Amino acid sequence: MSTNTKILTQEFEYFAPKTLEETLGLLCKYKDKNTKILAGGTDLLVKMKTINLNVDYLINIKDISELNFINTDGGLKIGAAVPLSHIERVGKVKEKYPALYEGIKSMAAIAIRNMATIPGNICNASPAGDTIPPLIVYSAELKLVSKRGERTVQVEDFITGVGKTIIKADELVTQVNIPEINNNSGSAFSKKSRVKADIAKINLAIWLERDGNFCKYCKIVLGSVFIKAVRAKKAEDLLREQIVNDDLFIKVAKKASEEIKPIDDVRSIAEYRTDLAQVMVEDSLKLAWGRAGGEL
Amino acid sequence: MEDYIVELTVNGERISSPVKPEESLLKFLRRNGFTEVKCGCEKGECGTCTVIINKKTVKSCIMLALQARGKEIWTAKGLEKQELGRKLQESFVNTGAIQCGFCTPGIIVTAKNYLDQNPIPDKGEIKKAISGNLCRCTGYKKIVDAIYAVAVENQKSI
Ligand SMILES: Cc1cc2nc3c(=O)[nH]c(=O)nc-3n(C[C@H](O)[C@H](O)[C@H](O)COP(=O)(O)OP(=O)(O)OC[C@H]3O[C@@H](n4cnc5c(N)ncnc54)[C@H](O)[C@@H]3O)c2cc1C
Ligand code: FES
Ligand code: FES
Repeated sequence: MSTNTKILTQEFEYFAPKTLEETLGLLCKYKDKNTKILAGGTDLLVKMKTINLNVDYLINIKDISELNFINTDGGLKIGAAVPLSHIERVGKVKEKYPALYEGIKSMAAIAIRNMATIPGNICNASPAGDTIPPLIVYSAELKLVSKRGERTVQVEDFITGVGKTIIKADELVTQVNIPEINNNSGSAFSKKSRVKADIAKINLAIWLERDGNFCKYCKIVLGSVFIKAVRAKKAEDLLREQIVNDDLFIKVAKKASEEIKPIDDVRSIAEYRTDLAQVMVEDSLKLAWGRAGGEL
Repeated sequence: MEDYIVELTVNGERISSPVKPEESLLKFLRRNGFTEVKCGCEKGECGTCTVIINKKTVKSCIMLALQARGKEIWTAKGLEKQELGRKLQESFVNTGAIQCGFCTPGIIVTAKNYLDQNPIPDKGEIKKAISGNLCRCTGYKKIVDAIYAVAVENQKSI
């Protein structure tokens, strides 16, 4: 049968290990070759079809039961093979981590979320990745495992640039750990794209901790405005340990929009992104504050 | 690369076939006669290639045939064997929700899987559910109406 359009033209060898041990062995053995982990494949297979990404060995990790778990005791621990559509159905995610819930729900349509994973989104390291700002505001960390041992790294420190991370060729992300969140805190996610479920022009997540009418602590992270998701630290400084009111939120939002350095690209222009960021930050601050039980 | 063997069931039928690792599930299905699974964009965006695997929808163009080893797959044609699938087909015809028809198999698969889990959605929910399926002809209104008609019928029978 003839084909019409893009196909996988390259040849590669395929593995579907059943255990973590076996996977780490393969990664170690082929670490000097073009070896790729295949999770949901929603980024990787598209790239293999559309850009010249050479892969000699493909290791599918979806059949490894050790990576297929969600643990909700004390925070959240999510295995690397769990599809996004499972995560969004866990009650605790929606209740306690609404920014992550909303970030996931904003991604693509269900048929993609049935396949895609969080580590896939992070390792793909797109500046527009929608799970990334929420994970950074919640101080999530990744567990990286190899034959040599294991280490944990904050998501914030893991991504270094467009498509770039600090992962080593023999390492696997086995799980994402999100710390427990206290009841005085609130969070929110926001995304603007051309149509719903499209790639973001801007996305952002905010988390703050309330003490009466004080904001004790906060994190503001914006995506799609730099080579990777970034914290608006000056804006955070303006808000931290201050009495919250409408005016302060407006100032903080303005500061955040001044701090970012967006670019013009196919999805939007820098000027629009700057204006949009201000409105989005202000709205999300109010939403997060309300969720933390605060009043304005 | 050498061939691997894939064994799976499609629409209740067992299939065993040699494949190359680089063959997508979409191409595998079409090669084996399931040409109701349509090939649109080949990169996960249009939804024409949607199939149900182990009770969940996926886009078969961005899945390797090898990833579907041992799994249970349903395509639009196979859904005829199930009452809800038949009802949807009839409703699409009665409502005039098909023009060129290229998007129809993918949308029926998506709608069937969605209604299995949410039997009585409103129109807004239906729009969200089919947001991964593009139609270049109808403008979606009649597609949503067709699915909604089945939902209304579901409600009556509850
Ligand atoms: C139609 C469509 C719409 C989309 N919409 C959105 C959207 O709205 N927002 C968004 O953020 N993304 C979107 N995406 C991109 C994609 O779905 C997500 O980035 C997804 O989370 C990727 O996960 P995956 O499991 O499919 O990754 P894969 O494609 O399997 O892997 C991506 C990369 O990560 C590596 N990797 C995966 N898992 C591991 C691991 N455990 N350890 C080490 N390396 C690993 C792979 O080797 C690969 O390099 C969309 C994609 C499509 C096709
Ligand atoms: S052909 Fe698979 S989504 Fe378009
Ligand atoms: S009827 Fe032609 S694409 Fe939908």
